Amino acid sequence: MTAVSIDAAPKTAARRRERLASSRTYISAALIFIWCLIPFYWMIVTAFRDVGYTFDSTPFFTHFTWDNFTTVFSENLGNHFGRNLLNSLLVAGVTTVVALLFGVFAAYALSRLEFRFKFLVLGFVLGASMFPGVALVTPLFQLFTNIGWYGTYQALIIPNISFVLPLTVYTLTSFFREMPWELEESARIDGCTQGQAFRKVIMPLAAPAVFTTAILAFIASWNEFLIASQLSNEQTKTVTVAIAYFAGAQAHQEPYTAVMAAGTVVTIPLVILVLVFQRKIVAGLTAGAVK
Amino acid sequence: MSTLAQPKRAPETPSPKTKKVQKEVGQDRAATSQGRWAFWLISPALVLLAVVIVYPVVNAIIMAFQKDQGLDPATKLFVQGGPAGFDNFVHWLAQQCGPAACAPGTLGSQFWSAVGTTFFFTVVTVVLETVLGFWMAVIMARTFRGRSALRAAVLVPWAIPTAVTAKLWFFIFAFDGIANKLFGTAILWTGSEWPARWAIIISDVWKTTPFMALLILAGLQIIPAEVYEAAKVDGASAWQRFTQITLPLVKPALMVAVLFRVLDALRMYDLPAIMTQGSNNTTTLSILVVEQIRQGFNSAAALSTITFLIIFLVAFIFVRFLGANAVASATPKTKGQEK
Repeated sequence: MTAVSIDAAPKTAARRRERLASSRTYISAALIFIWCLIPFYWMIVTAFRDVGYTFDSTPFFTHFTWDNFTTVFSENLGNHFGRNLLNSLLVAGVTTVVALLFGVFAAYALSRLEFRFKFLVLGFVLGASMFPGVALVTPLFQLFTNIGWYGTYQALIIPNISFVLPLTVYTLTSFFREMPWELEESARIDGCTQGQAFRKVIMPLAAPAVFTTAILAFIASWNEFLIASQLSNEQTKTVTVAIAYFAGAQAHQEPYTAVMAAGTVVTIPLVILVLVFQRKIVAGLTAGAVK
Repeated sequence: MSTLAQPKRAPETPSPKTKKVQKEVGQDRAATSQGRWAFWLISPALVLLAVVIVYPVVNAIIMAFQKDQGLDPATKLFVQGGPAGFDNFVHWLAQQCGPAACAPGTLGSQFWSAVGTTFFFTVVTVVLETVLGFWMAVIMARTFRGRSALRAAVLVPWAIPTAVTAKLWFFIFAFDGIANKLFGTAILWTGSEWPARWAIIISDVWKTTPFMALLILAGLQIIPAEVYEAAKVDGASAWQRFTQITLPLVKPALMVAVLFRVLDALRMYDLPAIMTQGSNNTTTLSILVVEQIRQGFNSAAALSTITFLIIFLVAFIFVRFLGANAVASATPKTKGQEK
């Protein structure tokens, strides 16, 4: 017990050092926070700012207006933003559903079954996910022009699937590997048929993984730009392309506030989705990379 | 009790799917029936991937060996195409348009500068993203209040579509924009070579560093805390702990993250295409391919094949040399640490 008095001095020094370290952590965390969110915040502030004050540098909501959003959705300037939104929803939605449908089966086999060439299949899928989109643009452009698919929805969905499906298979495989598959066996022993065991035990367990993968697939497809910018026409243009080539009231003048409003409309649903399912998304993003 | 009963009852069940059954019944029969199952489950995805990737790529390679239709510069007559041998590849690699060198300003004269730009962007962005991402990951790995809020915040730049990111930073870097106001400068950010390049690099770093940080963070979290405690007891300094424990142990995850980013950066398209349209020496290989499509499918196909080969080569070098080394050098060092 006498040791306490001897230890007292180093202990306060240690505590001071600890407090210093934790304050350093908070400062660093604040820096990261600011770096990640300030540009996003600036977009939203500008989206709600009167056009006359586009370059106002006050970091608060001044000259507040909803006009930019009206501009974005008005058809007077030749923009069809509402339609572009629907196009993106359709393309990303169909891509997600198809990629999941095919991906779930493949991932189940890759994570659960023993078979030859498994490593080869995984390698192929991984290679496909790293494939440069630009290598697909040229042949698809020619092919789709020849068969009259240029500017159709399927011309956007099919290349999108090639980007999203490998991602789906890979993420689902690493999720499925971690699932308690013994439960399926016990269910079978307790008298379930194979189908029942799969439906009643495995499906509910797999649902969160499938859902997370669906979010990742949807975001990847929603954010696609290269293919959509080359293979869509006025009718099938997606939002990312629309934002890149947004027309303003004056020629040669960038309609900054309207574009920021458009960006806000496109981004807010994603940001909400990401914030709500933060943990799952991080798990999904890192699932394939580490294991 | 049910676990005890399991091996006895398992052989009677017709299912080929449980691993324990496989051991009991005999490796061969189970393996083949599992293989059959796997075949039916996997083939839809593989067929789909073959249709959407392999077919276009094979098609691109065939196209690359054909002449573009158009006016023959020598005879001024319209030619229909036909086999071209390696002409399209020579056109890009030697920057030859017909018998002479391509005139400055034409797409043909830009191949090597586009390669240079692409590699410059790749090296600079990946180095910056790795260093910054590592720092972010180390911070996020600590326990402090608001940690989950921070992890949510870093997902925001990642979730924003690149096209929107490009427009956002184009606005920030506008002449009257906030960047010039903050720094009191009057730089034409997207209108001159080096500022434009840095504007693109900064936007890319902003957008993708969080992704890098999360991958590194996942790698950090695999390292057991006891290893650090043991090192602390042995008197290792913070720097020693970082270089002797953290770096070697996180190296495999780090290498995967760097590989992902390198391949992503080599195909960079959206940011420069929207921010500068490739002007002022910001044309990447992807932008060059897309511009070439309007002038001739077949030479564009040759260029995209070259691009694909470059990316494939870089990936191969990475996996073969750096990847292998990373794993090999990580293992002995950690063993030494534990002793």
